[in-house]
Amino acid sequence: MPQVTRVVLAEDEVLLREGLVGLLERFGFEVLAAVGSAPELLEATRLHRPDLVVTDIRMPPGRRDDGLRAAVALRSEQPELAVVVLSQHVQAGYAAALLDSGDGRRVGYLLKDRVAEVVEFVEHLRIVAGGGTVVDPDVVRRLLHRPHDPLAALSPREREVLALIAEGRSNAAIAAALHVTEAAVGKHVGNILTKLGLLPSDDTNRRVLAVLTYLRGGPAADPGGSTWTGPAAGRR
Amino acid sequence: MTSPQLPHLATALRNPRYLVSEWPWRALGYLVSTAPIAGVLSVGLLLVGAPLLAAVNAVRQHGRPIPLPLALFLTLGTLALVGFAPIVSAAVAAVERWRLGLVDPRPLPARRWSGVAERYTSASAWREVAYLVWLGGVVPVVYWVYLLLVLIDILVVTSPWLAGDADQVIVLWDIVDRPGEAVPYAIVGVLLLPVLWYGLGVIAAVQGAVARWLLGSSPDIVELREVTRSRARLVDAYEAERRRIERDLHDAAQPRLTSLTLQLGLARLDVPEDSPAARPLAVAHDQAKGLMIMLRQIVHGIRPQSLTDLNLAGAVRELADEAAVPVTVHADLDRPVPENVETTAWYVVSESLNNVTRHASATRAEVRLTQAGDRLVVEVSDDGRGGADPARGTGLTGLADRVSAAGGRLLLASPPGGPTLVRVELPCHR
Repeated sequence: MPQVTRVVLAEDEVLLREGLVGLLERFGFEVLAAVGSAPELLEATRLHRPDLVVTDIRMPPGRRDDGLRAAVALRSEQPELAVVVLSQHVQAGYAAALLDSGDGRRVGYLLKDRVAEVVEFVEHLRIVAGGGTVVDPDVVRRLLHRPHDPLAALSPREREVLALIAEGRSNAAIAAALHVTEAAVGKHVGNILTKLGLLPSDDTNRRVLAVLTYLRGGPAADPGGSTWTGPAAGRR
Repeated sequence: MTSPQLPHLATALRNPRYLVSEWPWRALGYLVSTAPIAGVLSVGLLLVGAPLLAAVNAVRQHGRPIPLPLALFLTLGTLALVGFAPIVSAAVAAVERWRLGLVDPRPLPARRWSGVAERYTSASAWREVAYLVWLGGVVPVVYWVYLLLVLIDILVVTSPWLAGDADQVIVLWDIVDRPGEAVPYAIVGVLLLPVLWYGLGVIAAVQGAVARWLLGSSPDIVELREVTRSRARLVDAYEAERRRIERDLHDAAQPRLTSLTLQLGLARLDVPEDSPAARPLAVAHDQAKGLMIMLRQIVHGIRPQSLTDLNLAGAVRELADEAAVPVTVHADLDRPVPENVETTAWYVVSESLNNVTRHASATRAEVRLTQAGDRLVVEVSDDGRGGADPARGTGLTGLADRVSAAGGRLLLASPPGGPTLVRVELPCHR
């Protein structure tokens, strides 16, 4: 990546925050600010206008999903902002709320555990900063086990491919992971998009929509995402 | 509560050797010692009761209005009676509990004096007042009737002698004037003596049973409510404790461990593959990662994080998302739900949806969360085959226990063939 990615980091536990700063700087990210609460995150992001925000979900002041709500708010203010949220545990609704913000691109939802795999974690950050979408494999795996999956029409192979799309992988990367040719992957992707009723337009966007469909567990999603009443929208 | 091995009058009455045992004498002692107490009480009752009855009778039969002084006397008398009865009854009840030992040695817990106000508010104090009315109003009537029967019997037994002395003796419905004619009556009278002797025991036994019933430890509503409340407090404390542990682990231990694992991961990048430190470092890193997963599962087992992070409606939607059949969620919650109620409601939905998956063979389910008054109402329904039976161990009993510990109730409608509806009502304020 020729250009340095500028980051604002939010994590309330001091040691982990420092560890993450060390990690980011080591891999060539520029950390503009490292904060410990949702209001500070909003303030720092508005001030520094970074390329990427990495934030914890449960943070002060509410210690509920404050970090996620701040991230969604920032996404609506700055549609070009890339956001990766870290969660201590799998919550499909979180991922969906995040993907619904903006066009569903430049977002990532990862389990906090993933930072242990340093190289992979940084790779995920780069995918999101580069315009991709990353959803934690655990979320994907849980959704795959739903018997009433609206994606029941998909073959097992197509499900596998969709799971890898959700992790933000390119056709080439998927081909490598599944030990098939890139052309075969292209065919699978085409089948998936057709089965989900996603008409050909911008290919990257359709890939994101396929993932959204997946996460919502409902019929093919519209990019506006007005039907979801998840944690952020449904809160009183 | 009672000790069945301890003999008392009621059991002795069934013994064939009753008439020659000590029990009739105990019964006699009990009745004789009752007489003065019952006498005093009945005078107190008559003082107000007799003019009252007369006045009511006068109004009914002759339409005469009650004179003002009498009305005043009756009102004041009644008020005094009602006012003093709870105080008097405390003393009488204490004596009566002690006296009951004559015919019924089974222990009867004494009530401690806990203030004048308590005499007017507690249910057991008013049960003692009821005992007062029974002792002053009913017991004397029974005694008079019995006494009359005894006198008649004595008359019958002694009739042959009496008939010899005088010209005529009237015995009940027949006129007897010679001793010989009176002999059959006398024989019947003698035969009746053991019956009367036995009847004495019956009267004493009934009186003892009433005393035990009214003066014994009654299930006091006030105390019961207090017990329920303290159990609810315990459940609350337990829930708060779980929440605190979950928070400590989530906010302190988990990030620290993540940080440690991150540092180990970073260290691995700097150590060359062929270094002697590479292998142990890799093992440490893997173990730390394993511990992270383990800790995450432990924390989840303590309290569902979705409840901590989201509100009840959000957490229930998460549950619905993970269910094996499509689940529609309707949440209409205007007011905040207390934390402990949220947790119970979450378990209700979780367990019910599990049951739907395991037993109902349903194609779809519905969860409804509403607030009615100060209660949270949770309804889980499915279109399955029904026939859910708590006795078959479908987790319904455990669920009902949990709901009742939170002061709520669980209603189930599940006819064979379906559909099944589980409705749980939980109070939000205590």
